[in-house]
Amino acid sequence: MSGTAGSAAAAAARPVPVPAGGPDRPEAGSPAPVIEAAGLASGYRGRTVWSGADFSVGAGELLTVLGPNGAGKSTLLRMVLGLLRPAEGTLSVFGGAPRRGNPAIGYVPQRRTLDPDLGVRAADLVGLGVDGHRWGVSVSPHKRREKAQDVSRALASVGAAHLSGRAVGRLSGGEQQRLQLAQALVSRPRLLLLDEPLASLDLRSQQEVSQLVADLQAEHGFTVVLVTHDINPVLGVTDRVMYVAGGGVSVGPPEEVITSASLSRLYQADVEVLTDSRGRIFVVGLEAETAHPHSPRGLRP
Amino acid sequence: MTGVLASGYGFLSGPSWNLVADVQNMLSFAFMRNAFAASTASALVAGLIGYFVVLRASSFAAHAISHIGFAGAAGAVLIGVNPVLGVAALSLAASVGMGLLGRRLRGRDVVIGLVMAASLGLGYLFISLYKGNATDAYAVLFGQIFGITVGAVRITVLTSAVVLALLAAIYRPLLFASLDEEVAEARGIRVGAVGLGFMMLLALAVSEAVQVSGVLLIFALLVAPGAIAGRVFRRPAAALALSAALAILITWASLALAFYTPYPVSFYVTTLAFVLYLGVRAMGRGSGLRRRLAAAASPAREPAAERRQAATVRT
Repeated sequence: MSGTAGSAAAAAARPVPVPAGGPDRPEAGSPAPVIEAAGLASGYRGRTVWSGADFSVGAGELLTVLGPNGAGKSTLLRMVLGLLRPAEGTLSVFGGAPRRGNPAIGYVPQRRTLDPDLGVRAADLVGLGVDGHRWGVSVSPHKRREKAQDVSRALASVGAAHLSGRAVGRLSGGEQQRLQLAQALVSRPRLLLLDEPLASLDLRSQQEVSQLVADLQAEHGFTVVLVTHDINPVLGVTDRVMYVAGGGVSVGPPEEVITSASLSRLYQADVEVLTDSRGRIFVVGLEAETAHPHSPRGLRP
Repeated sequence: MTGVLASGYGFLSGPSWNLVADVQNMLSFAFMRNAFAASTASALVAGLIGYFVVLRASSFAAHAISHIGFAGAAGAVLIGVNPVLGVAALSLAASVGMGLLGRRLRGRDVVIGLVMAASLGLGYLFISLYKGNATDAYAVLFGQIFGITVGAVRITVLTSAVVLALLAAIYRPLLFASLDEEVAEARGIRVGAVGLGFMMLLALAVSEAVQVSGVLLIFALLVAPGAIAGRVFRRPAAALALSAALAILITWASLALAFYTPYPVSFYVTTLAFVLYLGVRAMGRGSGLRRRLAAAASPAREPAAERRQAATVRT
């Protein structure tokens, strides 16, 4: 795991599927973008959280979405899932309007840990990803066998084959995160949306999960949008970052977006980006924004 | 009242301790056949719905629905209608109200509790207004399966069939929404509609189970089997089957015990359910029965793990 390497070195070490023809637009001739937004604004009940977002996410790209709490990161995922309508602008997913229940999208929501008394098997939780959305009861033994194979394959792919028969409530945060990843992968999605998959994990699990996501992506070639509030565990694996803050959105390679100048402009505040001797990034000067994510300055009419 | 006479009817002769002869003796009475038919149908549904009640952590809602149903029962007695229909009407209304609250239901304990208390008060008013025999209202509180009429048995069996069919129809989305609401929603499941549908099935299950256990003791039939089964099996299908089987066995045993002793059915239902629950809890908190048994078979493993843990704490 090269998570301790510098951001520029890490970005160079990893082939970037989207050519650097412009950080926001894939080059002409490249495959159609998986997500495309123009003048996109997010908000609900008449309150705009952010607006004026123009970006596209190419096939096979890993995009990390950063920003303080309440800046509207999860809202972006909900719009892609078709659960929330854009307040303004257009958003297309796989070339069409976002729609609920799109089987091409795998989703791992932001998670408090599961109820420790939840005595359901890990394999059953993952199995929901196969046919949990279908009506009725499954009776076909053929389908059941097929489902069991899909589930054990998905569990193995996230290194959780040994957890198959365990009660999900009894597993650690990192183990539960793997299960949810397996559940999202079992339907073979082309786009994976991960909301704070690293939150409430210890440092080692953070590194493991982010490396796992990168490995799976390399193997299956799907697109990943990963929301996090800490860039460091994913610095080595992310292609581009999106900063959601101050009512706006900024997209580009990490070394371009996470700079003192870029973030100061985005937040309209004095923001300092520091890099320590091991390449870890620290953003200083956002404490007020984090404490008051809905301050008037953060909202644009 | 038939039920008062029926309770302990077999006690006069006493059990012969020949199981076949005793069951034959019991079933030679029409009121016992009716009681077995109705309580089997309600227990089957209560066991299945109860597993989801436990899974969705909505046992307080189940409790409240039954108590709100009491006002309906008392009102029905007052105007001379079958009290179970009154329970069904108000329980369904309450379940729709709670179902529409949906996700916002969590943390509404105070509101639900107040509606419940107001309904109980209303029920008490109806009983005090009623000039007839108060046994009917008493039966709603504590159950009176021995008094059940053939017509009520038919309605109960029919209701069970409808609930079973609907539960089967929404089984997978309901399981998904119960275990993982957010992902279920993202996969296109209308979690609000599924939740509302479940609450209505719950209201029907409550209306049926009230006949066996009464409003006050409904937890024993509706929650205990599901809670026990969830501790024994990790596979939802297996847990559901065990939950239904336990609910049915508890009612059968209670009917038989009440037939041969002078004590009421719902007392046995609650006691058996409680004892079984305690037994499963004693087998091990949260850990599956099988694992516990396996651990007991190889006692060397657990102390080793404890030693490791102790070593980690020291370092």
